[in-house]
Amino acid sequence: MELISPTEFAKQKVQSVQDYTLLAAQSVANVFRKPLYFADMVQQADLIGVGSLPIVVLTGFFTGAVLALQTSNTLQRFGSITLIGQLVSTSMVRELGPVLTSLMVAGRNSSGMASELGSMIVTEQIDAMRALGTDPMKKLVTPRLVATVFMLFFLTIISDLVGLTGGLMVSKLFLSLDARQYWSNAWQALVFQDVFMGLVKPIFFGFIIATIGCYYGITARGGTQGVGRATTQAVVAASVLILVTDFFVTKLLISVLSYK
Amino acid sequence: MSTPTLPIDHAAAVSEPPSNAAVVFEDVYLSFEENHVLRGVSFQLTFGETKALFGVAGAGKSTILKLALGLLQPDSGRIAVFGNEVTRMREAELFPLRAHLGMVFQESALFDSLTVRENVAFRLIEERGVYDDEIDRRVREALRFVELEHTLDLFPSELSGGMRRRVAIARAIITQPELLLYDSPTAGLDPVTSNTIVELIVKQRDVSKASSLLVSHRLQDAFTMATHQFDPRTNQLRSLPRGQYCDVPMSFLFLRDGKVIFDGDIHELAHTRDQYIREYIS
Repeated sequence: MELISPTEFAKQKVQSVQDYTLLAAQSVANVFRKPLYFADMVQQADLIGVGSLPIVVLTGFFTGAVLALQTSNTLQRFGSITLIGQLVSTSMVRELGPVLTSLMVAGRNSSGMASELGSMIVTEQIDAMRALGTDPMKKLVTPRLVATVFMLFFLTIISDLVGLTGGLMVSKLFLSLDARQYWSNAWQALVFQDVFMGLVKPIFFGFIIATIGCYYGITARGGTQGVGRATTQAVVAASVLILVTDFFVTKLLISVLSYK
Repeated sequence: MSTPTLPIDHAAAVSEPPSNAAVVFEDVYLSFEENHVLRGVSFQLTFGETKALFGVAGAGKSTILKLALGLLQPDSGRIAVFGNEVTRMREAELFPLRAHLGMVFQESALFDSLTVRENVAFRLIEERGVYDDEIDRRVREALRFVELEHTLDLFPSELSGGMRRRVAIARAIITQPELLLYDSPTAGLDPVTSNTIVELIVKQRDVSKASSLLVSHRLQDAFTMATHQFDPRTNQLRSLPRGQYCDVPMSFLFLRDGKVIFDGDIHELAHTRDQYIREYIS
């Protein structure tokens, strides 16, 4: 590996942040500029949303189930086993649903976007698109951004619901709890702030998944090896950014919503 | 041939009187880090002319095409295409100009997730407002021109290298652009397929009278183009008698160490005293 000076390294990092910010800003601005590639958005929504459904359902179900299983012992010790529905619902809706769904979608789609756009870069398809008079930012990046934000919102709702069902299965089969009581507890525990927080987060996370995936794809260099590197970097960067952003968004929403 | 003026409302439009040049390069410099690719390149491409660019690998031939399209920006110098100074235009302002240009990339650069039909029709679909029937008609016409009408529903991965180049030519010419840029269209192809591609380029030159810049490593291709004309009656190339070579709007440009060392027609090339070029063409 080539060694570079710390100054050069810092310059490269600042340049990368600048390029990413420009790409992200441009992709958002393009939502309000013509032409709007609606057909591409629908196609991407199908690929990202419908395509991610099986992994989101499986992840959500087993997260809810294991959450119920893990907490049952502690709750039983305090004689509060009936609160398991409340625990699963607040945990899933506020935190685990949005974060785990986003991580799964990031793993599947950030890598997909990076490899697809990276391959297009190294085979000059992006240059060809520009040469044909089409803006690749509008045609390729913006539809992916809109589709990811839109579909992640609904995937999170599905994940929350399936997670609650997973918790119910464990409560019913292993803890012999009443299903109606579980649902009642789970439903009544949720307040507006929980739901709001759980539905705002996927918007941020969807933005991160799409822009990071596209950024690493568009900036891929160095042939097939470069595309592979871009794919890995996209997944790592998107996952880390999701977790970091989660902390700050949670802190912000707690302050804004005066919520404990 | 009349000189087309493109409807590009832009402040960077060249303020000088309109010349008969489709492309103007003036003292263009470009470096990639420590590698000085172009060092003061200047030349003109007149309307209807085909200029073949030669030079060793890395001489900056493909870079010139990308600069003309505005895909790259030079470090200094001025590039004008149809009177529009591309060196002063922003990316968004370049898209309408590029709609009047056609580019055939070295590796074809076909969109691999689209069929041949969708690749060739890409520009028409992007234009919007063009009806499907009209798109189909023009796609078939462009594919018929390159004799690949039967490949309509195939994907690029199902085509041979030569067929991909021909589809790339069809994609470039479907909107009848005023300027065509060919980046090594015969590179890596067998002689028979290369000849087919050269025939198509000559056919396009003589039928549509478009200007073109052609990057090539094969001198014999350029000589064929300079000494032949397309005969629409026989649908074949016709060899011209020696005295009529000057009737062909064809010129040659040689690059060496980032500089233009020769820019002239076939007669001037044949009589050049430059030792490097003599070795190159021998």
